[in-house]
Amino acid sequence: MASERIILSGDEAVAEAALCCGVNLGVGYPGTPSTEVLEHLAKIGGKAQWAPNEKVALEVGAGVGFGGGRTIVTMKHVGLNVAADPLFTLAYTGTKGAIVILVADDPGMASSQNEQDNRNYAKAAKLPMLEPADSQEAYDFMIRAVEISEKFQIPVLLRMTTRVCHSKCIVDRWKPVEAPKESDFEFAVKERVMVPAFARPAHVRLEEKMKTIAASAEANVLAQKETGSADLGIICSGISYQHVKEAFPEASVLKLGLTWPLLIESVKEFAAGVKRCVVVEEGDKFLAEAIRAEGVSVEAKPDAFVFGELSVSRVKKLVAGDTTPEPAAAPGRPPQLCPGCPHRKSFEGLRDLNCIVSGDIGCYTLGTLPPFNAIHTTVCMGASIGVALGLRRSLKEADARRVVSVIGDSTFMHSGLTGVAEMVYNRPATGHLLIILDNSTTAMTGLQEHSATGRSLNMEPANQVNIEAVCRAMGVDHVDVIDSTTEHERYMELIRERLASNDVSVIIAKRPCILQIKKLAKFQKGGAK
Amino acid sequence: MSKAITNVLFAGIGGQGIILASDLLSEMAFRCGFDVKKSEIHGMSQRGGSVSGDVRFGTKVYSPMIPAGEADYLVVLSEDQVEVCKNMINENTVILTPAILGDFDPGKSLNVAMLGALNAGLKLDKEIWFGLLKEHFKGELADVNIAAFERGEASVK
Repeated sequence: MASERIILSGDEAVAEAALCCGVNLGVGYPGTPSTEVLEHLAKIGGKAQWAPNEKVALEVGAGVGFGGGRTIVTMKHVGLNVAADPLFTLAYTGTKGAIVILVADDPGMASSQNEQDNRNYAKAAKLPMLEPADSQEAYDFMIRAVEISEKFQIPVLLRMTTRVCHSKCIVDRWKPVEAPKESDFEFAVKERVMVPAFARPAHVRLEEKMKTIAASAEANVLAQKETGSADLGIICSGISYQHVKEAFPEASVLKLGLTWPLLIESVKEFAAGVKRCVVVEEGDKFLAEAIRAEGVSVEAKPDAFVFGELSVSRVKKLVAGDTTPEPAAAPGRPPQLCPGCPHRKSFEGLRDLNCIVSGDIGCYTLGTLPPFNAIHTTVCMGASIGVALGLRRSLKEADARRVVSVIGDSTFMHSGLTGVAEMVYNRPATGHLLIILDNSTTAMTGLQEHSATGRSLNMEPANQVNIEAVCRAMGVDHVDVIDSTTEHERYMELIRERLASNDVSVIIAKRPCILQIKKLAKFQKGGAK
Repeated sequence: MSKAITNVLFAGIGGQGIILASDLLSEMAFRCGFDVKKSEIHGMSQRGGSVSGDVRFGTKVYSPMIPAGEADYLVVLSEDQVEVCKNMINENTVILTPAILGDFDPGKSLNVAMLGALNAGLKLDKEIWFGLLKEHFKGELADVNIAAFERGEASVK
């Protein structure tokens, strides 16, 4: 591939760079705004697959790295919470081949349940974190991340945000990087088996590694200094850089392409050269606090700016210290369940039966809105089951009997199985009812396949987990499969019956997503999706 | 410095073709030699909610998001989105709504017809536009969309 300029989104640019690096496997779980990375990687000929959840994805990625191969593991910001367990200990084990973990934060919550700032994970897990500011850097930094991961034998976090993932700009693609070499498995037990005796020295090695990285040329090339006016200096990273350049074209700017470990020498030198030094960052005051902890005097942003995403106008206000309320954007048309969506009838039933509904993450979360008003708690992937079991323990009996969990098929495969184990093992006195809204796809993020659809990421036939059989095998008393649209009366009767009993029951409300039907019809005609 | 950049804001409802319209304009600006950035929000907005796309082009573009009040053009595919975008426009903003097409009903090519209307102001090279539309739409659809583009452009003049 010769150097070639094309327009790409940040997600597409990461995928192009991954292919350019000869990545052996891309693996992840769909989540806005990260989903398009693996879809694009598959489209351009790379090997990519959906794992049941982010934890499994990172573990598969770990194996690729231990075997000397290269991997990119993708997820949205909250996915890293699910993958946090392997993450923290992979920092200790290190890796042979590159492990790049793309984590896509969503400041402003365009499509998320919180706006956590995952830079905190880099510090907590003691891993390097790169932050591209546009699609070109998404491409460049993916390649840098592979280089840093292999040179220092450590997983690397590539943090993007919604505006970097989904914005498009012109990208110059480089020539291919040297592909990873196939090698035999290395038995490095003291590095890869984290029992206490091996983990203690591994922790010491990790701390040393991070110091070495902070001092390395590979890291310091990622601190980009633009000398302008000595009156105002701005330290920034990621998308904030773009807003800063437009809001304050005359200012001196230090853009940190690597936000962890902190490139403190570059920061010190920059801060010393300007009269006023302001840190402009989205999310938490992560950089400002880390810089101040090193004894360098910089201005942190006012508290009003820890909410939402930044923009050119907000950056102007931030630097001016102006915390007057901002005009609220006019409310647009809210999203809603599609006309003909199978979830509609499922929620109408729960509403009409006056159920207390513990919900989950997906399109069906929209069941909380009128005219359904039929989801009453939503926390995280899989929480519908645990939260409902807890509700049944604390509510008075008449109310406990009204509690229902609803979860989608993809979310069930992601985090619902352990909830069912809890339901079967620690049965509430009133039993429980779980409704799996099975529309045979991961609809919310754009119709991705999963372990129970029977198709792989690139639409090839795959083994299919049988959700009904799994629930039976786990010891659920009653498992029924029903179409809540065409068999609505029976659906209602079944819910009434199950709620009146003290049994633990699952109803699988099965009817495919109408968008998925269109996608499959198109695919079967021979077109791409 | 903002006049070195042209800001086009597209707005509509999920499924109307806002993303495609902004993609086509971005590619067009790129082929005409401009630096270009495009921004949009995916996700929940796919489910029949409001969708908008920002396209910015010029000699050098930094932020992918049009600053509040700085849209040069507002192109809406659904009339009710003008109100939603009011904080993005100023007294000089050119506002284009489907009403401009008069009795011409472009059906599924509404987004391309509105690109035509937009081009009456932008005046980007039509040969390049047609080449782009032919690459994107296959067979009959290419002709339908080129016709929609021309009708849209003519409706402004």
